Amino acid sequence: MGPITSLMSRLYGTRGWAVLAAAAFVLFVVFPLLNLAVPASSPFHVSAYWVTLVGKIMCYAIVALAMDLIWGYAGILSLGHGLFFALGGYAFGMYLMRQIGADGQYRVNMPDFMVFLDWKEFPWQWWNSDQFWWCALLVVLVPGLLAFVFGYFAFRSRVKGVYFSIITQALTYAAMLLFFRNATGFGGNNGFTDFKRILGIPITTPGTRMALFATTGLVLIAALLLARFIVTSKFGRVLAAIRDAEQRVMFCGYDTAHYKLFIWTLSAVLCGIAGALYVPQVGIINPGEMSPANSIEIAIWVAVGGRGTLVGAIAGAGIVNGAKSFLTQMFPEFWLYFLGLLFILVTLFLPQGVVGLWNRLTARRKPV
Amino acid sequence: MRRLSAIALLTLAALSRPAAAIDAAVVEKLAFGESDEKVAAIAALVASGDEQALPLLQALADGSVQAAGKRVLIVAGDEGRDVVSGERVRPLPEDREDIVLNNRLRREIDSALGALKLVSPDRATRLKAAGALEDGADAAVLPLVKKALGRETDPKVKRLLEQIAASIEVKSDDAAVRLAAVRTLGQSGNPNNKTLLLSLLAKKDDGVDDETRVTAEQSLRAVEGRLAWGERLGLAFAGVSLGSILLLAALGLAITYGLMGVINMAHGELIMIGAYATYMVQNLFRSHAPGAFDWYLACAAPAAFVASALVGMALERTVIRWLYGRPLETLLATWGISLMLIQGVRTVFGAANVQVENPVWMSGGVEVLANVVLPWSRIVIVFFAGAVLAGMWLLLTRTRLGLFVRGVTQNRAMAACVGVPTARVDTWAFGLGSGIAGLAGCALSQIGNVGPDLGQSYIVDSFMVVVLGGVGQLAGTVYAALGLGFANKLLESWQGAVLAKIAVLVFIVIFIQKRPQGLFALKGRSMEA
Repeated sequence: MGPITSLMSRLYGTRGWAVLAAAAFVLFVVFPLLNLAVPASSPFHVSAYWVTLVGKIMCYAIVALAMDLIWGYAGILSLGHGLFFALGGYAFGMYLMRQIGADGQYRVNMPDFMVFLDWKEFPWQWWNSDQFWWCALLVVLVPGLLAFVFGYFAFRSRVKGVYFSIITQALTYAAMLLFFRNATGFGGNNGFTDFKRILGIPITTPGTRMALFATTGLVLIAALLLARFIVTSKFGRVLAAIRDAEQRVMFCGYDTAHYKLFIWTLSAVLCGIAGALYVPQVGIINPGEMSPANSIEIAIWVAVGGRGTLVGAIAGAGIVNGAKSFLTQMFPEFWLYFLGLLFILVTLFLPQGVVGLWNRLTARRKPV
Repeated sequence: MRRLSAIALLTLAALSRPAAAIDAAVVEKLAFGESDEKVAAIAALVASGDEQALPLLQALADGSVQAAGKRVLIVAGDEGRDVVSGERVRPLPEDREDIVLNNRLRREIDSALGALKLVSPDRATRLKAAGALEDGADAAVLPLVKKALGRETDPKVKRLLEQIAASIEVKSDDAAVRLAAVRTLGQSGNPNNKTLLLSLLAKKDDGVDDETRVTAEQSLRAVEGRLAWGERLGLAFAGVSLGSILLLAALGLAITYGLMGVINMAHGELIMIGAYATYMVQNLFRSHAPGAFDWYLACAAPAAFVASALVGMALERTVIRWLYGRPLETLLATWGISLMLIQGVRTVFGAANVQVENPVWMSGGVEVLANVVLPWSRIVIVFFAGAVLAGMWLLLTRTRLGLFVRGVTQNRAMAACVGVPTARVDTWAFGLGSGIAGLAGCALSQIGNVGPDLGQSYIVDSFMVVVLGGVGQLAGTVYAALGLGFANKLLESWQGAVLAKIAVLVFIVIFIQKRPQGLFALKGRSMEA
């Protein structure tokens, strides 16, 4: 067995790889064909709405994976992951805003909100933001650095459990207030919207949309494999040990802060990338994404799917967000009841999420 | 300007003449004359200085003067009073006509009323009239003000009138008058005086002599000194006020989170329920006992306590009980509860804010200095927070329930061994914490909007207070609430509200990294804090 095949068999069994391949086939072949090649009149046509919706949910799934790494495997509940997501979105949004060029309402080579505020030149945050590579770098660097610095101090002083959750919530709340200000330089309340093109290509054409969709799918699969690689490694074992008995791990001679810091920063970077993929597909980013409520919702995706199982995180993001877009359209007044009930029922009755439920059901059928 | 001076002169004339009965000819002109005749009639009324002139003009401004044939009546309800003879007319004649005013007459009447009120026999009316003139009086009213000053006996009104006179005379060309006015201006802390003195000092070569200039600078410093004190005082009060609000919001959490260790994300919604309970009690009073409306809060506070406590106890029994010892799960479940409570209130009361009115005794404020007015509602809340704190302290340290709560907090197993019904104590303690949140809601309904999202804005703040103060420490909660209140207001006056809030949050985040157990940690050797 070569090193590659041994690695592959470490990550997933034959069935796992088959399912993954099937998912990739659906995402990269079936979906694009049904959207682009099948005429709109055909019942098999997949409309732009569905492409955007599934694309959006895949972005959320990446966030859920990131959350699962930190919460499901390291036992650290972050209530501020929406902040990293939004920061990635804003970093990439800056590039998209610059791509509008002089096509804004005021026909000036500057974002509309800056003209509106009567700014004459770009503030320092926008330096080099017309370069794709720079903004792509910021997508990784800004959430990564913030998480690193925050995590460094938090884990070094052994802030944990609920304290950690609450200060991450305070962090995203403070950031939201900051981004609501016009003076911060990111469009205040309205944030960024009205994007026209990406890399010079118009952003709303079916081809661009499908390209963004496929990229998101690719990143999701890559993130899943990376996460799987981490949790099946020795490093992943230590993380799980930290989750279950941190003090014992410390007394065994491990510096738990390093482990937590690495996975925390990685998780934030994944969120940032998801945010960057989210913004061009949905077409808007505003400070509302940083609200504490959004960040808590991320936790419920993971809890619904099943903490500590990567597939569960993805499934949870799909189930909750699918239900959300269905319910907010059909019965808008029931969505909060449903979400609230989901929080309560899952924590009370489904501690392992739907994956745990699935395992229980299948285990019962198969006699040992 | 000319109109005002005419009225002022006429009033002067009126003051020097003995009061006479209202002249029938004047009333006739007022009621049936042309526009110009009406203006003349108003002037004549002011000139007559009659005690009846004020109510007549007031009634005219209110639109309650009607003409029936040749008689002119002030109508109130189903009876009228003849303006000339003063006799009561009942029942009212059928063929009445309103006396209609145009905008010009309305303005005439308004200035006539203002001028007449300065010499009204009622102290409160005079005080109010003088207060209206305090922020920018016209030069034309100077003679009237001087005259009123001569008659005035009340020291407070007199001081006001002196200030008004000085604020006019400081623009005078007579050096001696101006000097005296500059001195007088220095005795008050009115922000307008600062502007007046500054504009006087800004005049370079207008024949302002050195003595006036020096005096003006002294006066300016005196005024500025008072203003600065006023600002400091206002800031200190704003800090105490915000601190007391934070304290109220956080006290309940200090029990449920601090003592019991339950992360209750629905705490803000329990506050909201208290506010809505207050709203309902208010409505009940309005519909069933309008006479006692001013005292509805005496009923609303217990109602808010009970409503929130019941909801809290129900939550403890059904959800939270099963999650003890799993703080992160508790956090998520209570968040779900909060979402459902918000949506529930939206379904029942609608998504819009509801109106909760202050009782009369809570509206208005105390004017401590010219630029500092402390609203009664905020003062009451400061004392209310103190009372709730004292009550809670007594309950925790002097009662059996308090003893049990503390016992269960310190060592659940041992408490159970000696016969404390720990499960029941949990329910009661959670109910107590929730009830205090309800009291906070009752207080908050008096100073802010009451809507389904009310609690959301307090949840982050109240957690900050409890965490900063140190879990399980009442004293810590108090210090943290007041400290955060002061810090917030201090930064706010310096950098604006949003940046202040951000700075405080960032400070707390950094602080917790340094002292994860909060300000007042219980000393112990356990690694698990």
